[in-house]
Amino acid sequence: MRYLPLTAADRTAMLNTIGATSIDELFAEVPATARIAPLADLPLAQSELEVERAIGAMAARNLAANSAPCFLGGGAYRHHIPAAVDHLIQRGEFLTSYTPYQPEISQGTLQYLFEFQTQVALLTGMEIANASLYDGAVACAEAVMMANRLTGRHRAVLAGGLHPHYREVCATYARFVGFELARCDPDPRPQQELAALLDDRTSCVVVQNPDFWGELHDWSALAETCHERGALLVVVVTEIVSLGALKPPGEMGADIVAGEGQSLGNALNYGGPYLGLFATREKFVRQMPGRLVGETRDADGRRGFVLTLSTREQHIRRERATSNVCTNSGLCALAFTIHLALLGETGFTKLAWLNHATAVTLAERIARIPGVSLVNPTFFNEFTIRLPVPAAPVVEALAARGILGGIPASRLYPKRPQLANLLLVAATETVTDHDISRFECALREVLA
Amino acid sequence: MSEWSRALSAPTRAAPPGAAPRAGFGANRGLQIEEKLLFERDAPGRSGVDLPEPPAVEPRLGGLERRRPIGLPGLSEPEVVRHFTRLSQKNYAIDTGIYPLGSCTMKHNPRLNEKLARVPGLSELHPLQPLSTVPGALELIDRLAHWLKTLTGLPAVALSPGAGAHGELCGVMTIRAALEARGDRRKRVLVPESAHGTNPATAAACGYQVDPVPANSRGRVDRRALEQKLGPDVAALMLTNPNTCGLFETEIVEIAAVVHRAGAFFYCDGANFNAIVGRVRPRDLGIDCMHLNLHKTFSTPHGGGGPGSGPVALSAELARHAPLPWLVHGDNGLQLAEHGEGEAAASIGRLKAFHGQMGMFVRALAYMMSHGADGLRQVAEDAVLNANYLRALLETDLTLSYPGPCMHEVLFDDRFLKDTGVSTLDFAKALIDEGYHPMTMYFPLVVHGAMLIEPTETESKATLDEFAATVKALATAARTGDTARFHAAPQLAPRRRLDETAAARKPVLRWRPPSEDEPPGTTT
Amino acid sequence: MAAPRFTTDHEWVRLDGDLATVGISDYAQSQLGDVVYVELPEIGRRVEQGKEIAVVESVKAASDVYAPVSGEVVAVNTALAEDPAKVNADPMGEGWFLQLRLADPAELDGLMDEAAYRRFIEEQA
Repeated sequence: MRYLPLTAADRTAMLNTIGATSIDELFAEVPATARIAPLADLPLAQSELEVERAIGAMAARNLAANSAPCFLGGGAYRHHIPAAVDHLIQRGEFLTSYTPYQPEISQGTLQYLFEFQTQVALLTGMEIANASLYDGAVACAEAVMMANRLTGRHRAVLAGGLHPHYREVCATYARFVGFELARCDPDPRPQQELAALLDDRTSCVVVQNPDFWGELHDWSALAETCHERGALLVVVVTEIVSLGALKPPGEMGADIVAGEGQSLGNALNYGGPYLGLFATREKFVRQMPGRLVGETRDADGRRGFVLTLSTREQHIRRERATSNVCTNSGLCALAFTIHLALLGETGFTKLAWLNHATAVTLAERIARIPGVSLVNPTFFNEFTIRLPVPAAPVVEALAARGILGGIPASRLYPKRPQLANLLLVAATETVTDHDISRFECALREVLA
Repeated sequence: MSEWSRALSAPTRAAPPGAAPRAGFGANRGLQIEEKLLFERDAPGRSGVDLPEPPAVEPRLGGLERRRPIGLPGLSEPEVVRHFTRLSQKNYAIDTGIYPLGSCTMKHNPRLNEKLARVPGLSELHPLQPLSTVPGALELIDRLAHWLKTLTGLPAVALSPGAGAHGELCGVMTIRAALEARGDRRKRVLVPESAHGTNPATAAACGYQVDPVPANSRGRVDRRALEQKLGPDVAALMLTNPNTCGLFETEIVEIAAVVHRAGAFFYCDGANFNAIVGRVRPRDLGIDCMHLNLHKTFSTPHGGGGPGSGPVALSAELARHAPLPWLVHGDNGLQLAEHGEGEAAASIGRLKAFHGQMGMFVRALAYMMSHGADGLRQVAEDAVLNANYLRALLETDLTLSYPGPCMHEVLFDDRFLKDTGVSTLDFAKALIDEGYHPMTMYFPLVVHGAMLIEPTETESKATLDEFAATVKALATAARTGDTARFHAAPQLAPRRRLDETAAARKPVLRWRPPSEDEPPGTTT
Repeated sequence: MAAPRFTTDHEWVRLDGDLATVGISDYAQSQLGDVVYVELPEIGRRVEQGKEIAVVESVKAASDVYAPVSGEVVAVNTALAEDPAKVNADPMGEGWFLQLRLADPAELDGLMDEAAYRRFIEEQA
């Protein structure tokens, strides 16, 4: 067994040292009725070759986004990851290290997390950020709970343009943690509507930019309204690359930013592991969930980094913790940090504009197809089109032609017939002119 | 002041400056290179990625273009590679040496797992692709679920939770939902005093009052005390088995019975599953609900603090409330039930966007298939053997908290350091100078100055012998008055002890560009 | 000013008219280690004897502070936000936490005087 170093001779010698005659003796505390024979329902040990073959066979049955034109967004985006990223995150000192609770021998992890926190603060235009959460949806729910704690209120308003999975996660937490949600209908809404839902029991309004439909918003006026009424503004960003071209939430007056960082450094991976981003104002730091890395000095006066403000966390406060979050998304955060370090200011900005230009080109071509109309006048790299027929069967037909042609709104909102003809289409820098032509052709064919 | 903070107190002493090794002209020491922050290495205009010029288009950004620079540094690829390589060299890792961390199960992370997680047919799948384009992905998830159900004996498994603590939240939420479905609103959750902090934090987050259950003199849950606390208002008992003292809860079957008689559910924290995997099925112990840590028992890498994965095995009653999405065996093969309708109408809803930590599923499945049912059983045996071997080697030098055999981890406390002037913390820092990551310290809270050691099955006998020899030498040094080495430790690591007090009093959580207001030379 | 009285949870209280100043004892701060933050209640909050009134944080632990007497919070030591180290340096003086307007002076009778508290600590050790 290639991962088990003990030999039969070792085991015998060790049992001898312990003074036991067999390994079963060490399991004597297990009640006899609970001791099982080797499980028959599972295969026996396999070699690397056999495991590769088996898992490879499962992989081969899928249509992967690198072998088909891919126009999928909806909160997860296919971007090109520079080769250096994956090499670096696979260094054993990063991949196989533990949470940096012993800072003297974890400065690698702590320093990159400090850099990550800085990057997230810079991108979002906020003062401070944490060392990441599980994903954007959990970050969103945590943002609402933090707003509740800060304001002493227990009602959150969720905009219609917030990603449906994020809305659902908030609803689950609301039910069990004990707060109220007012969820707007899933259509882009003018800001006046949201402001009208604010009352003196509202802790926060949660909006998204670009929103789920791809529409862009300036939330500055809403931020002011919220603050006048004693509430906070939470802005969600599911496509972090958009911040290379857009005004960041911090400049709009956001109090908390919850985001998804998957777009940088992390592959699609069928939905996980992803990277929750969380940023806020410095004055709110003690109510922030998740791990935080801080700068300090060591006994020789040299700069170093440590996990700090740990007393917010569950392993110390136990039942009085700010949240029950333990793990962050370390290696995903490292991938993000490296990718963004490679891009730099000029590269990140150029990447964002490349995404936008590709999406604009696509939109112009698609909107010319008879029966197809573009729903949102503004967008970053994802937009919504209205088809003359339900979108879900169209997507299946496109898939049969080897094209991953967008996400039908009905996949996320199956019970809303008024949304059935809507299709979310994204185009990142990985989409070529040839891809666009194929998509246009195929869509024309399917709709004809 | 509350009782439990005192047990954690270990007043930090300012370490006297140690005898510095011979210095060079700068701060580097051989292979240990001092590395600035990215932001301090900046040269504007540089990039490590070549991108084509964006074609000229009429922008549709609605006037929301960014007007101010972000402030990101620009670096070429060689500089970035060197930066992160140097950072990595400051980290201890499983690939470097043993992590004797109790309840963390720091076992070897097989590289096959990494290779397979990166196969494009798995890594390049978008979560919202049409299900007809990903039958292999659904098959993989189904196979993993089958392994987890078979190993736990429970009929269902919820795969979406993103980590262990998230799995605990899932478990407690399903329990509350099941009780509400019975029309039964209960108020209390019982948690042993030795439990990991996530347990009471999770219960409290879901609105329960947490009632601690003491341990008996044998380090197990005090069954009589438990029975006295049980009542019609108890929703659940949250237990870890083996417990955080490394001991199998001998009365667990009886405990399950009394919990069920009281109409409550039995939740098991599966962090210590490595001790019993393949030899004991939690269902047979009466457990209704158990989260598993794929990054512990099933070898997915810790990555310096994540990502993890915390699937939750569920009884039939609790399974009705499992979070979305559900993997269902339909007429047309495997399907994902993504909405709370039909059979999934009583689901608690979503806990995470999309479907779960697929990247970790691939790694865990590769691990399980590599070991097989026979290999996993051997894993538990070797894990328990290794821990008992360390117990036998160390029990005369350190103070064993509970006499007799342990399971996969062994608990010592600081009685052997009494009157030496050396604390558990000092002892751990001295271990760093010897080239080892310290064991888990000050946890569980039920003993003073706890030292919890879990070697795992992937450590060789030779490694254990060397580790034990070092620990014995340190224990002897402490008792014979060689205290300076402990108080000054670590001296040989990339950093000496760091001022955590200053970090907490005046948190500096990010780099800021030096301004005219700040005094110059605030960074090294 | 009256002499301080102590609780079994290591809080002290000093009476001045109907104003009770509250803090944690020297023993408490030495057990806690370096104080990094003190979470103080809002002015106007009413509290019962024995109920949680503040939280004192060190690097590794957060500890509840219980009200030694019942009353209404009339003042808190805002200096602790800037300099929590005062709790370690001068726990009985500049490291005070808050002031309560006393509801029931008789509650003080149940608390230990300095000598009794000293004996209490010795027994603990």
